[in-house]
Formats: sequence, C-alpha cells, structure tokens
Amino acid sequence: MSELLKAGEKAPDFTLSSHAGAAAGDAEEKLVLSKLRGRNVILAFYPADWSAVCGDQLALYNELLPTFEKQNAELVGISVDGVFCHAAFREARGYKMILLSDFEPKGEVSKKYGVYREGDGFSERALFVIDGDGVIRYSYVSPLGVNPGAKEILQTLKEIQADKSEAGAEANV
Amino acid sequence: MSNTETPELTVPVGAHDHVQGSDGARVTLVEYGDYQCPHCGRAYLIVKKVQAKMGDKLRFVFRNFPLTQAHPDALHAAEAAESAATQGKFWEMHDMLYENQNALDDESLIAYAANIGLDVEKFREDLQNDAFEERVREDFMGGVESGVNGTPTFFINGVRFNQPWDEETLLKTLEAAPFT
Repeated sequence: MSELLKAGEKAPDFTLSSHAGAAAGDAEEKLVLSKLRGRNVILAFYPADWSAVCGDQLALYNELLPTFEKQNAELVGISVDGVFCHAAFREARGYKMILLSDFEPKGEVSKKYGVYREGDGFSERALFVIDGDGVIRYSYVSPLGVNPGAKEILQTLKEIQADKSEAGAEANV
Repeated sequence: MSNTETPELTVPVGAHDHVQGSDGARVTLVEYGDYQCPHCGRAYLIVKKVQAKMGDKLRFVFRNFPLTQAHPDALHAAEAAESAATQGKFWEMHDMLYENQNALDDESLIAYAANIGLDVEKFREDLQNDAFEERVREDFMGGVESGVNGTPTFFINGVRFNQPWDEETLLKTLEAAPFT
C-alpha cells in the first residue's frame, strides 16, 4: 500500500461522483476537491456503506455538521460503494453530508491518500483535515472496527481558525 | 496518537453532574447516553445490575449524548430529565425514560412527569421553551471533545472504556480499577 499522506503535505486533487447523481434523470454530479479551496475539508474514508461502525461514525458526523459549518468546514464521506448504494444508505439513515464514490477506477483516490486496503478491496477508516489552501493538517488511520470520533477533527479545525486569525492580525499591523 | 484510542474526560465530574453514589466511592463510571438509543436501553439494565453488586464502591454519572438526527425524540427526552432534575427528580425521570424507550414523544414525557410527581405545568413550560437544550448540547460537545464516538460510551475513572460493556466485563473492569 502506498504511504499515508501526512500533515503538511498537499492534498491530491480528485474528481469523484457523489450520491446526488443517483436519481433517475439527474445529471451526474461530480465533486472536485480543488473547487472547495477557501473552505476547510474533512475527508472521512470508510470501508463500506451499511456496516455498523461506519454507520455510527457517520451518525456522529451528521450530528456535528452544524458545528463543522461554524468552523468553515465541509465533511465528505468516501468509500468504494457506488452512487446508488450511497443514495440509498444516505436516505435510509437520514445523513446530510456528501458521500463520494471511489468506484471507478476502484479505490484510485484512496490509493492517492495511502488508505486503500489492497487485499480487502476497500478503504481504511481514515480521516484527513485539509485547510483552505489545500494542505493536509491532520491525518489518521483508525483500526477498522474502531470509530475514531471527532475529537481530533475539532481540535485541528480550531488550530486552523486560530492560525488564520493570527495571520489576519499580522496582516493588519 | 494513543490519545485517540484511549481518550480521557475533558470535563471532570463536578457539581453540574447527575450523580448516584457517594463522592468517596472507589471508582467512578461516567456514561454518555441517548434516551432513544436501544443500545443505551440495554446498558441501562446492565448498569443497574452493576450498581446493585458494587454498592457504595461505585459512583455513577450520566451525561447527555443525544444523536438527534437519528433519534428525533432524544433531545426532548434529555431536556425532560434535566427539567426533572431542577425538581430534584433526575434519576426518577432517567429511569422512566429508559423503561419506556418506545414512547418518548412530548405527550408521553408529560405523562411521565405527572407519574413521578413533578409540577407538570413547570415541566411543560420547560419543554416548550427548550429551557435545557443548551445544557444538553454542552454535555454533547464536552463528550465529543472527550472522544465519545457513539452511544453508550463509558469512562472509568476518567478514561474511556473501550471494551464490550456486558455485565461481566464491566464489573470486572470496575472492580479492578485503581483507587482514585
């Protein structure tokens, strides 16, 4: 497996289809990471839709979306599941975050971030917090069955916001 | 990043908490729970058994962690227990809610309030005004910052308990916890 990207590295750009393209007659929706520049982005890679831990993990993030929003952050879930699977999963659970399909070529984006499990054919349970300049500020791979929660995400977002206000204060001198 | 795997409580047990058992107890068990969560419903019964077995060796603290997107009645249920607390009946309401998890709509909450002898008008007002919503959300955020990742999450003497919370494992771990 390629190596886990670390804090300080540039987040590789990607374009992936989202759940939103799954309804009949919908135009296919793509998300381009670099289009989110200026906002903080939380990438939550997870092994699969419907499995218990992912469900709990995403339920927690769903609850925290307004909190992330206050920190100028967008949370995006990524797995190798297809868009139709994501759409059904999202609707069944009432999730409001964007879910992306790392489906074709399978696992390509997960591989770029160093979080693809070759033997298993799915992504690690991994978190990346990316700042508005597209730089990774935090990365973490959780043991597969363990929900990593949101503690470090919130800490990192606070650090990013603190850096920004510091930079702003300097610019005003 | 070991602290991601064994995080510690960032909000120490204090005067704002709902506590069963004495401050002098040998071990403190903190639960972050959601009244509408079926796992928490099972944990409720297990904690009761553990409390009965450990007696005054155990201090138990309950904090709110409602996943309101998944459980639409969980926030009001948590507020109901907080409102009951101001009338000195937190634990009566807490137990009532877990014993009636399948009916946590406002009507039912008001019936439970009457049942445990609360001033129902005051209680109804609290619910309508969401008087304790902020308190509940503070518990929630304190939980997230302490590494609570789902419900129920337990902390034993301030450190997250990562094992299965069946009666045997929980009891064994509590009995073995170092004196604090």
